[in-house]
Amino acid sequence: MKRIAIQALGLQKWFGDGEARTLAVQDVSLDVNFGEMLYIVGPSGSGKTTLLSMISGILRPNAGSVAIEGCDLWSMSNDGLAELRLNRIGFVFQDFHLFPRLTTAENVAIPLILRHEPWQASIEKALVYLKKVGLESRADLPPVKLSGGEQQRVAIARAMIGTPDILVLDEPTASLDGDTGRNIVSFIKNELLTPQRTVVIVTHDARIYEFASRVVNMEDGRIVGISEGASRA
Amino acid sequence: MRSLMNGTFILAFKLLVNDRAKFQALVGGITFSTFLIVQMTSLFAGILSRASSTVLNVGAKVWVMDPAVNTVSSSIGLPDYVLDFVRSIEGVSYAVPLYSGGALVKLNNGTYQPVTIIGLDDDTLYGRPALEQGSIEDLYADDGFVVVNDAEYSKLGSPPLKAQMQINDHRAVIVGVARVASSGLNGVPTLYTTYKRAISYVPSTRFTTAYILVEPKQASDIAAIKAQVASLGYLAVTNDEFVSKVSNWFMYQTGAGTNMMLMAVISFIVGLSISGQTFYTFILENESKFGALKAIGMKGSELVKMILFQAIFTALTGLGLGVGLCTLMIFIARLRLPDYAAKVTYENLLIAFLMVLIIAGVSSYIGVRRVLRIEPFDIFRG
Repeated sequence: MKRIAIQALGLQKWFGDGEARTLAVQDVSLDVNFGEMLYIVGPSGSGKTTLLSMISGILRPNAGSVAIEGCDLWSMSNDGLAELRLNRIGFVFQDFHLFPRLTTAENVAIPLILRHEPWQASIEKALVYLKKVGLESRADLPPVKLSGGEQQRVAIARAMIGTPDILVLDEPTASLDGDTGRNIVSFIKNELLTPQRTVVIVTHDARIYEFASRVVNMEDGRIVGISEGASRA
Repeated sequence: MRSLMNGTFILAFKLLVNDRAKFQALVGGITFSTFLIVQMTSLFAGILSRASSTVLNVGAKVWVMDPAVNTVSSSIGLPDYVLDFVRSIEGVSYAVPLYSGGALVKLNNGTYQPVTIIGLDDDTLYGRPALEQGSIEDLYADDGFVVVNDAEYSKLGSPPLKAQMQINDHRAVIVGVARVASSGLNGVPTLYTTYKRAISYVPSTRFTTAYILVEPKQASDIAAIKAQVASLGYLAVTNDEFVSKVSNWFMYQTGAGTNMMLMAVISFIVGLSISGQTFYTFILENESKFGALKAIGMKGSELVKMILFQAIFTALTGLGLGVGLCTLMIFIARLRLPDYAAKVTYENLLIAFLMVLIIAGVSSYIGVRRVLRIEPFDIFRG
């Protein structure tokens, strides 16, 4: 039986006021299950990233609700939300947002440091995760010395080090070449996706659709279709 | 050190110092500002300290003077009955006159050197300096004078014991070399002698007593002594009060205090401009990273602590370097110019610390306002 990780009901989000008001997401309801790799796809401006932000506790909706394992996300305080994101959600941003002044290992260790775990223990655990993504030898280098693919893997290691049960990736292959992108998503599917974890990916890169369990198609802020992916959970 | 520090602070530290150019600009700005502030205030403190040198060196518990006296050297002669009156006050253990005036010394090479003459009470020699050579009793010998071995000593040709000179065409013999706590402000050497000899060597006005030095029976008697002296139309102050009176005059009546304050404020503005702007640029450049931290799960309060830590660490580093640099400069200046009056006091350091703290506070406030406005969603939007 499928266990629901994220349940979104009647989500609406608009930006601006009056005549300048733009409806980004309209009446979207969606269930995301553990053990699946869900893609949110659609053209630019279709509301994918806005939806992803709302279901991951980043952006407050104007209407509707989001529950993570039954816990209403948007009734929580800002600090409560921050704590939830830190402990349960791993983020991989489109531009990676790695700190150029820190070493690769220190970048990976950030979620643990934010959890107030000891510095040295966090770095040691970061080395373990760097090994998992094949970058142990790059641990002491700053991220700017790494290739795009390597930086993406560092970002993934950072997202995974806190062992989140929800992994959120925003356009993970946007700045990677075709092979590297496929390898990254393949790695996520084979190494990181487990029955206790869900992976939500926003993308419009058709080259990686084959790894999806389900694909949510969006247009003009609405879900226009949900299809089973080539790789069903 | 790491185990003592919270990981968030280590993170903040690394983000700050690893951006070397910004960190150097930040520290440089605060160092420069601190240097100027400490330099200005220590120079002023040195001047104030020297302006009160006679008060500090004589060290009487209570000084009686004309209320119009502003500085030690601008004494106004006291009539003899004031001394008698003070001696008759109930709480006074003893009271002695002190002479203070200027004279010209003719040196052996024929040139003249102005000096300050301090005339000590003949019976007690109250207020005498500590001697490093000679014996104080020799002051009673014919034409005996004690010369102070301070920064001005060399202006008299560093005279040894038994050296002779002319003071206002009178013969003077050096019978002792003294060391005092503080050199004078006027840049002239100081000679001690007895009261009677002083007034016979130096042309005087009708009243020759510059100050009356009072030893109260008990500290609690000082208030009553002050009241009694005031009833006669004169002023009695403690040693510390006299120093404050002189300081206040220099600070508020001469314009030196205003100038010093202006310079300190300008230094503060320079430091604030450089540091505030650089810190703001640092925040702007790292805005997306701070947003990423927020998205990952860092609380707003933790971000504020992180920025405050960065600002305070920078400020304290700059403060330390600035104070060190200023102290080094004063040390080097003293090697070349023994008269250089600058003096770093705890008050100077406190002023610099407070100003640097304000710089850190304002810089971090600007940064914090910016960072708290960052929406994690902006990170997703790019």
